[in-house]
Amino acid sequence: MLEHYLGLFIRAVFIENMALTFFLGMCTFIAISKKISTAIGLGIAVVVVLGITVPINNLIFNNLLREGALAWAGFPDVDLSFLGLLSYIGVIAAMVQILEMFLDRFVPFLYNALGVFLPLITVNCAILGASLFMIERDYTFMESTVFGLGAGVGWALAITALAGVREKLKYSDVPEGLRGLGITFISVGLISLCFMSFGGIDI
Amino acid sequence: MATPKEVLVDPIFNNNPIALQVLGICSALAVTVNMSTTLVMCAAVIFVTTLSNVAVSAVRNRVPTNIRIIVQMTIIASLVIVVDQVLQAVAYDISKSLSVFVGLIITNCIVMGRAEAFAMQNGPWLSALDGFGTALGYSVMLVGVALVREPLGSGSLMGFEILPRVTDGGWYPANGMMLLAPSAFFIIGLFIWAIRAWKKDQVEEADYEIAPNLQYREVM
Repeated sequence: MLEHYLGLFIRAVFIENMALTFFLGMCTFIAISKKISTAIGLGIAVVVVLGITVPINNLIFNNLLREGALAWAGFPDVDLSFLGLLSYIGVIAAMVQILEMFLDRFVPFLYNALGVFLPLITVNCAILGASLFMIERDYTFMESTVFGLGAGVGWALAITALAGVREKLKYSDVPEGLRGLGITFISVGLISLCFMSFGGIDI
Repeated sequence: MATPKEVLVDPIFNNNPIALQVLGICSALAVTVNMSTTLVMCAAVIFVTTLSNVAVSAVRNRVPTNIRIIVQMTIIASLVIVVDQVLQAVAYDISKSLSVFVGLIITNCIVMGRAEAFAMQNGPWLSALDGFGTALGYSVMLVGVALVREPLGSGSLMGFEILPRVTDGGWYPANGMMLLAPSAFFIIGLFIWAIRAWKKDQVEEADYEIAPNLQYREVM
């Protein structure tokens, strides 16, 4: 049983990396990876938010939206799954807001470290993407917790790696038109090729 | 004040959402393996961006600023649900192959970004043009990437064979890398290079100037 969860975790971190195999959260990934320290801060915030929102969305889907899920309330034929997108994004926006207030009150040092990144996370596609993948693959509650955490760790790992590369890259003599965004894209491509080497591993 | 024509045409090359504003990259990379999914995705984004810009701009004076993000989110999410349901009803196969990426239009930064940056300040008509133009700039980039990836990767375009593959008795050995994720990064990187070689004002400043190598003179 533990083996199953561990396999799921490793798969979410390396083989099905959110950023490098599914290209999720790319906008923030490329925009906020100039320095390692900010990249790590953002990475931690993503891990926390993913670890909370994916299981919550799992509960919402299984207990309220899924076809026949409302049987306990006397509506066995109701299928509300078309409301999914609206509810997931609502949960994410609300969770980010609550987390922000909670950290501000009880864990001020983390709040200061994360700064502006917390509200930005609402529109990070990796968060919504993980929830949608969880629905598509039909994970249980426990599985979705592990998957959420794994996806977050994978994304954090990828952005830290890219920030490391970019910190070195700014000292190099890049052709004029490629400078900045262009060379960043090409380096992300190379990092992503490296991550493809995990692809053959079957867990 | 920008003229309607500038608002419509500027985002295509001068201020491209993907190549300059770094918006909406996620889906640009993931759906471009073949042309038909790309076209459907572009149509969906054009629809959502244009209408969400109109709607956000129509209610912009009645929404208190501190809840505006949630209002925008709700508008966008409702539009995306419409697109998602229509796609599932009309083109089920394509909807399956786009999988989560239709839903992800909600968090596509282009839609949010334009609602926040343009539609909150301008009237519905200009906002509609801006949404349409920006989504068009996004589509041009996506179609460009798909135009490279599909023929080189699988020897076909829109499902029709244009380069006969070796495996089917033709002459073209398919380049498997073009079907994989990283190729999209390389192609977009090269596109950015091409656009910036053409429009010099988009070139970014270097953080450090590399000093010319003068040491060889001392050796001489």
